[in-house]
Amino acid sequence: MASNMYHKEKSIQMKSSASALYNNLSVLRIAPRSLTYFTVVHANMVNMVSASWDGLNYSHRQLQSKEANVATSSSLIMQAAWCVLPSRDILVLTSQKGIQMYESDGSIMVYWHALDTPETQTAQAVFARGIAAVREKYICVGISSGSMLVFDVPIKGSNITLSEVLEEHKESITDLASECSGSLECIADMVSADDSGNLCVWKSGEDFQLLNKIPGFDMSCSSVKLWKGTVVAGYGTGQIRLYEAVTGIVHAEVNAHARWIYSLDIAPFSGLLLSAAEDSLVRVWHLTMTPETNSVEIVHMYNECVTDTQICGAKFCDGDGYAFAVTGYDLSEIIRYTQV
Amino acid sequence: MSSRTLPLLFINLGGEMLYILDQRLRAQNIPADKAKKVMNDIITTMFNKKFLEELFKPQELYSKKALRTVFDRLAHASIMRLNQASMDKLYDLMTMAFKYQVLLCPRAKDILLVSFNHMDAIKDFVKDTPSVLSQVDETYRQLIEMYTPLSSGEFQLIRQTLLIFFQDMHIRVSIFLKDKVQNSNGRFVLPISGPVPHGTHIPGLIRMFSCNGEEVKRLQFRNGGNYTGVLREGSFEMFGERVIKLGTNMYSVSRPVETHMSGTSKNSAQKKSVNTTPNPLAKEELNMLARLMGGMEVQKPGNADSGFRVNLFATDEEEEEALISRPDEFSYDVIKIQATKNQQANAELAKIMGDFTEEAGEPCSSSANSKGDDLLAMMDGL
Repeated sequence: MASNMYHKEKSIQMKSSASALYNNLSVLRIAPRSLTYFTVVHANMVNMVSASWDGLNYSHRQLQSKEANVATSSSLIMQAAWCVLPSRDILVLTSQKGIQMYESDGSIMVYWHALDTPETQTAQAVFARGIAAVREKYICVGISSGSMLVFDVPIKGSNITLSEVLEEHKESITDLASECSGSLECIADMVSADDSGNLCVWKSGEDFQLLNKIPGFDMSCSSVKLWKGTVVAGYGTGQIRLYEAVTGIVHAEVNAHARWIYSLDIAPFSGLLLSAAEDSLVRVWHLTMTPETNSVEIVHMYNECVTDTQICGAKFCDGDGYAFAVTGYDLSEIIRYTQV
Repeated sequence: MSSRTLPLLFINLGGEMLYILDQRLRAQNIPADKAKKVMNDIITTMFNKKFLEELFKPQELYSKKALRTVFDRLAHASIMRLNQASMDKLYDLMTMAFKYQVLLCPRAKDILLVSFNHMDAIKDFVKDTPSVLSQVDETYRQLIEMYTPLSSGEFQLIRQTLLIFFQDMHIRVSIFLKDKVQNSNGRFVLPISGPVPHGTHIPGLIRMFSCNGEEVKRLQFRNGGNYTGVLREGSFEMFGERVIKLGTNMYSVSRPVETHMSGTSKNSAQKKSVNTTPNPLAKEELNMLARLMGGMEVQKPGNADSGFRVNLFATDEEEEEALISRPDEFSYDVIKIQATKNQQANAELAKIMGDFTEEAGEPCSSSANSKGDDLLAMMDGL
C-alpha cells in the first residue's frame, strides 16, 4: 500500500452540513469551463457548489425539495445526482414527495414527477432513491416500494416522459448504476440494488430487459457500480463484493470496512475503486480485468482516515481517479484529496 | 423518512431525562419519598396507554419545537418544578446523550438494544409499583412487536431519520468531555479501534474466486485501525444481556451535569435552517400535539407544601446567569401550555382544533399560513 498516494487539498465550504444518506455526494466535471460542480444533500435542501479549477472562484446555490400545493416543502431529499447524457446533463433530486429534474447548473427545473403518497401515513415509508443515466436517453429512479421508474429524456427541452415502470425488487431501492466504462460491447447497461441486498441487472431499451438477478444475503446493499460488465456492491456489513453482472458469478469478496458502507465510486479510465463508510475510512482499490481467464482482481491501494467523521459520500473528481472528494455527516465542508 | 422513528426517539430521550432527574434529586437531597413520587409520576405519564397508542402510530417525526413541548409537559407531570434555564439544560443533555448513542451504535439495529437499556433502567425505577410496572412491560411487548421484524435497511432508515433530527447539534457536555468521548469543538470521538459489530468481519481480507467458485487467491491489507474482535449479539427480548453499553446510566451523584454554551455558536446559521418549519405544517403538528397531550394526564400539584424545584445547576445564581447568557440561536421555541391549567388547556386546544378543521377546505395556501400563525399565537397565550 502506498501510504502517500494522495494528499489533502483545501476543503470547499458549504452553506450547510451533509445529512447521513447513502451516496451523498455528486460531482460533475465541466472541462470546457474549467470548473467542477459538487452537490450535497442537507435535509430538505441541496447544496450546490461550483469550484473553478484554479481554486479561486466558488459559487453556491441551494435547491429546495418540492411538494404539490405547498410554497416551501419540508419533504426530505434522499439523493441528488447528475445524469450525464450525450446532449445534456440533468441534475436529479429524489425526495419523499417526488422527483425533480433540473438543467445542469440547477437554475431551471425542467420536470417534476409526484410520487403516489397514500392519504394516511403507512408504516412503510414512501420516497424515491437511486438515480442513474442509462445509455443515450434514459434516466432511471428507484422507489421505496422496490419499483423503478424509467424516464425518456429528449435531446433538449422539458418533454421528459415516463416510459416504463420496472417491478422486480420487493424491497426499497438503495442505489442504481449504469455501465460506466463507455464500452458499447457490454451487454448489461444498468444494475439496481435494494435493502435486502438483491441486485438486478438490466439491458436498456424501449422495454428494459432483466438479464440477471443476483440474490442478497439479508443485508442491505447501499451502493453499487457497474464497470466493464462487473458489478461492485457495498453492503451494510462493510463487505464489498464483485460479481460478473450477467452470470452472477462471484469474483471477489472483500472485508473492506468495519461499519456500513455509504458510497462507492469507480474511475473508469484507470479502474480505481473508491469506498467510504461510517467507520471514518476512505479506501482506494484497483481493479484489473483479465478477459482471457474471465477473472477480476482487486488490490488495496490506499487508506485515508477522516477523523471522527461518518462518511456519507465519496466520489472521484475525474475519470482517472487523480482526485477524489468526501463528505461526512454533520460536516459543512467537502474534503478533497489529489494524487501526490 | 421512516414513519417508525418517534417511539424510539421518545423512549430514549425520556430515559435520559429520568437518569438526569434521578441524579439531581439525589444530589439535592430531596427526601426519598418525594423523589420516588416524581419518578413514578413521570414514568406513569410516559407510559400512559392512550399516549403510547398515539406515539406508536406511523408518522413523521415531530419538529424540535413540538418535541420539546412534549418533554416540558412530561417533566412537569409531578410535584417537581424546573425553571426555564434548568429545563433548557436538561433538554440539551438529553438530546446530546441520545445523539451520541445513535452515532456510536455499532449496527443500526443496535438502536433497539439502546432502547432496551433505557427500558431496563426505567423498569428498575418502578419495580416496587406494580401498576406502572405492567405499563412498562406492555411497552416492551409493543417495541418487540414493532421493531424486531424490521430489516437492516429499515433500521438504517430510522437511524438516518434520527441523525437528521440531531443534525448540527454540537453542545458540549462536561461528562462527555471528561470521558474524552466528545472533542472541545463539540463533535463526538469515533474510534477506529475495538470490536467490530456483530455480523461484520474485521477489515483486511480479500478473497478472489474462479468461475466455479473456488477460492484462488487471498490478500491481506492494512486496515488503518486497531480492531480487536467481533461483538456478541445482545438480547432483543424482554430480558437478557444487551451487550451494548450505550443507553445505560452514565450519571452518578458525584459526576456533575454541565454543558458549555460558548464556542459552539459558529454553527448557528446552519442550526437555524434545520429548525425552520414552514407554517403550513403547523396545523398538522398542532393536531398531533393535541392528540398526544390529550393522552397525557398531568397531575395537578397537591398542596403547595409538597411541590419543590429542582435545579440542574450547582447554585440558583448559576441558573439565573445561564438563562440570561444563553445565546439566542440556542433558545428552544416552546409552545407554552401551563401545566396548572391542564383541563382548561385541553378544552381550549380541542376547541381550536375544531374551529380549524371546519375551515380546512380552503384551497389557498396563503390563508393556511396565517391560520397557522394565529393558532400558534393563541397557544402561546394559553
